[in-house]
Amino acid sequence: MASNGIKDRVAIVAMGCTPFREHWNLSVDDMLVDAVTECLDSAGVDKNAVDAYWLGTQGSGMAGVTLSRPLQTHFKPVTRVENYCATGSESFRNAAYAVASGAYDIVVAAGVEKLKDSRYSGLAAAWPPSAGTRLDSTAPANFSMLAPAYAQRYGLDDDLLREVLTHIAWKNHQNGARNPLAQFRKAVERDTISCAAPIAGPLGVFDCSGVADGAAALMMVRAEDAHRFCANPLYVKALAFVSGNGSGLVDPNYDFTTFPEVVASAEEAYRQAGVVDPGSEISMAEVHDCFTPTELVLMEDLGFSSRGQAWQDVLEGRFDLSGALPVNPDGGLKSFGHPIGASGLRMLFECWLQLRGEAGDRQIPNARLGLTHNLGGQPGECVSFVSIVGNEPG
Amino acid sequence: MVRGITAYQAYVPVHRLGREDIASFLGRPVQAGSRPVAGHDEDSSTLAVEALRGLPVAGSSGPLWFASTSPAYLEKSNSSLIHAAVGMDPSRPAYDMVGSLRSGVGALRAALDSGGIAVMADIRMGLPESSDESMGADAAASIAFGSDDVIAEVLGVESITLELLDRWRFPESATVEAWDERYAPEVILPLWQEVMSRLGAATGIAQPDHVAISCANARLAATVAGRLGVGMSPTLRQFGFAGAAHVGVALADVLDRAQPGETILVLGLNDGVDAVMLRATDLVTQRRAPRSVADLLAGGKRVGYGDVLTWRGMLTRQPPRRPDPQAPASPPSYRERAYKLRLAGARCTSCGWVMLPVQRVCLQCGAKDQHETVEFASTPGTIATLTADRLTYSLAPPMLMAVIDFDGGGRQLLEVTDADEREVHIGTRVEPTFRRVATSEGIHNYFWKVRPLRSDRGE
Repeated sequence: MASNGIKDRVAIVAMGCTPFREHWNLSVDDMLVDAVTECLDSAGVDKNAVDAYWLGTQGSGMAGVTLSRPLQTHFKPVTRVENYCATGSESFRNAAYAVASGAYDIVVAAGVEKLKDSRYSGLAAAWPPSAGTRLDSTAPANFSMLAPAYAQRYGLDDDLLREVLTHIAWKNHQNGARNPLAQFRKAVERDTISCAAPIAGPLGVFDCSGVADGAAALMMVRAEDAHRFCANPLYVKALAFVSGNGSGLVDPNYDFTTFPEVVASAEEAYRQAGVVDPGSEISMAEVHDCFTPTELVLMEDLGFSSRGQAWQDVLEGRFDLSGALPVNPDGGLKSFGHPIGASGLRMLFECWLQLRGEAGDRQIPNARLGLTHNLGGQPGECVSFVSIVGNEPG
Repeated sequence: MVRGITAYQAYVPVHRLGREDIASFLGRPVQAGSRPVAGHDEDSSTLAVEALRGLPVAGSSGPLWFASTSPAYLEKSNSSLIHAAVGMDPSRPAYDMVGSLRSGVGALRAALDSGGIAVMADIRMGLPESSDESMGADAAASIAFGSDDVIAEVLGVESITLELLDRWRFPESATVEAWDERYAPEVILPLWQEVMSRLGAATGIAQPDHVAISCANARLAATVAGRLGVGMSPTLRQFGFAGAAHVGVALADVLDRAQPGETILVLGLNDGVDAVMLRATDLVTQRRAPRSVADLLAGGKRVGYGDVLTWRGMLTRQPPRRPDPQAPASPPSYRERAYKLRLAGARCTSCGWVMLPVQRVCLQCGAKDQHETVEFASTPGTIATLTADRLTYSLAPPMLMAVIDFDGGGRQLLEVTDADEREVHIGTRVEPTFRRVATSEGIHNYFWKVRPLRSDRGE
């Protein structure tokens, strides 16, 4: 068995999220103070009442001191976690288990990334010393390899594939335009998206998520204590995490039209939450749209579309804000931006707003169950996290 | 007792620089033809690997001798890298003879005397507008010597060593200095006549059927060829001068065409005179190299002058705002040398799963430490998916990368070279090639890439 689920045993009772921007004037310390303070204030809790902290950051700081120093916590445990671009979710996942175990009563999971202090364009990871045999390829290039494989397998020509990818980018920018916290807050015309200069394979700049700085935080307690902090908490229904073994890069049976790690983590999450038909039971999903072909493939891997059908569902508007299953209603990585350590928590922040009726002109009617999906690595070698949260127990 | 040459092979990089492109850029009169240029990811060591791989060497028990005027490293052996990348037995010594033009012939002599293998490779360039630039050629060749199954037996060897300041450069300099081109012929011709008369007396042959001449001075080479009454090979007419590799390429071209019983004179005319007289045997027609020099020189991919200057480090262009490539570290390079230098993987002896590189735990069956080595350096494969990375740092952007499924099992994500993106797609057949991936932090990073199979290139 994969894991013992903790459905409905833990509740999120407070959240905070900074705008995601190129914050030339804000440091890691600044963003952490802002996000955690907003979170604690929304529940009226003093930082000294928090028993333990988790901090997710991929490369903007080491050790728990990265959070304990700016927050000036006094002798509290702070765990720094990293799992590629699923770092923010990793912070949430570990904090949830800690409070479910009874070891702590009140925990905070935070995530932060400061990408714009780097002089480089795009993400640049610092790898340990190696034999120099690994390709020095960029993230857009790695994920762009999904596109020709998907097109080849399902018989899409270049123009049709471009139309599908453009719809995904267009949708996410439409949603971001309604979100004051998002990095890119203007709708973008489809022609502009389709005609953008290529960056990697068929992907142009609008097919790639924004590089931004930001932080987010949430507070959790056991479900039976939730009412002391919040009238309408979110209940954690499922937490699933899979660390792939890199087989896709070395196994000829992998065809680059799917992420087996996502399929496995989604199945585990649905099992824990008791979801049988995700397409109809999930009200909204925040997924890891690092690049447009990623979101396309995720619709099938998460069970929202049948194999080979996601492209049609995308074009029909199924995943638009007004569609049957809104995906990335807050703009996604695409237009909200992707400060690595914060993204997984930012996804939960949209669930927090939507499931409690606070999403303003992005509000999805009757939102009941939200799904977050957070991915890290590259096709063939990745980690995948899926969570399901709901506004009611049961 | 070494009898002669047992095998040979040449390599010419795929890129061509049109001499008219140099001329029109510099505003000078146009010269005809084009010259071969090594790619951005090639150096004398990788050219040598291409010339040496697959060469039958079992009949040559002596050392590997590497000659070049453009070695990738000093202090460290370059031949040990070449030796490793072609999978030679560790008990075979490998020695560099690098620096001077004469080391090309020197490697031949050493291989002849020791029953070993000579591999010669050079990257030839000069200042813009120089004849070293327009008449240079980047190429490599390997020649193996032994006593059995000889394709050309050695009849005689003569040599005169001369101290003459005619062509020279400092190690740090990229520019060759030279004296008046009419000077060396004056000095060397009498010495050449002396060598020919000694050789004639020893072998009984005054007039060879073929001649392979290595001489940086085109005027001297033409004069000697004229006096021998042997026309210049049509293949090499536009080729230019390949430095220390020239003698090997010229000899390979002769061996591509020589008939049994024909005599071959190998001549080096740099820093003295070196002469080797050979006679082709009956085996020469059965053991031609898989690709002739003419075949290697035919076709090719046109590259612009700006790119060539960039690749040779003479033009610095604005790089993308990306980190420099990370240099390889020595201990992991040593631990992973089978993969890094031979593209070696393994087959699980428990379930037969093929993996590249080797992993201690089998992906398919989970068996630990149960595998045998499989080398992929000569294995073709097929592209499963691919992309062009326009964002990453490259001297020849965009970087083409592809997931390669190798024949017989095994997969890996590798860079595609010697191709532009319109030439490759899902299903394209490729083969591995050893290249210099990058140079950063003062270290060359060598590894394998893939290039389209020749038949896929329509050659």
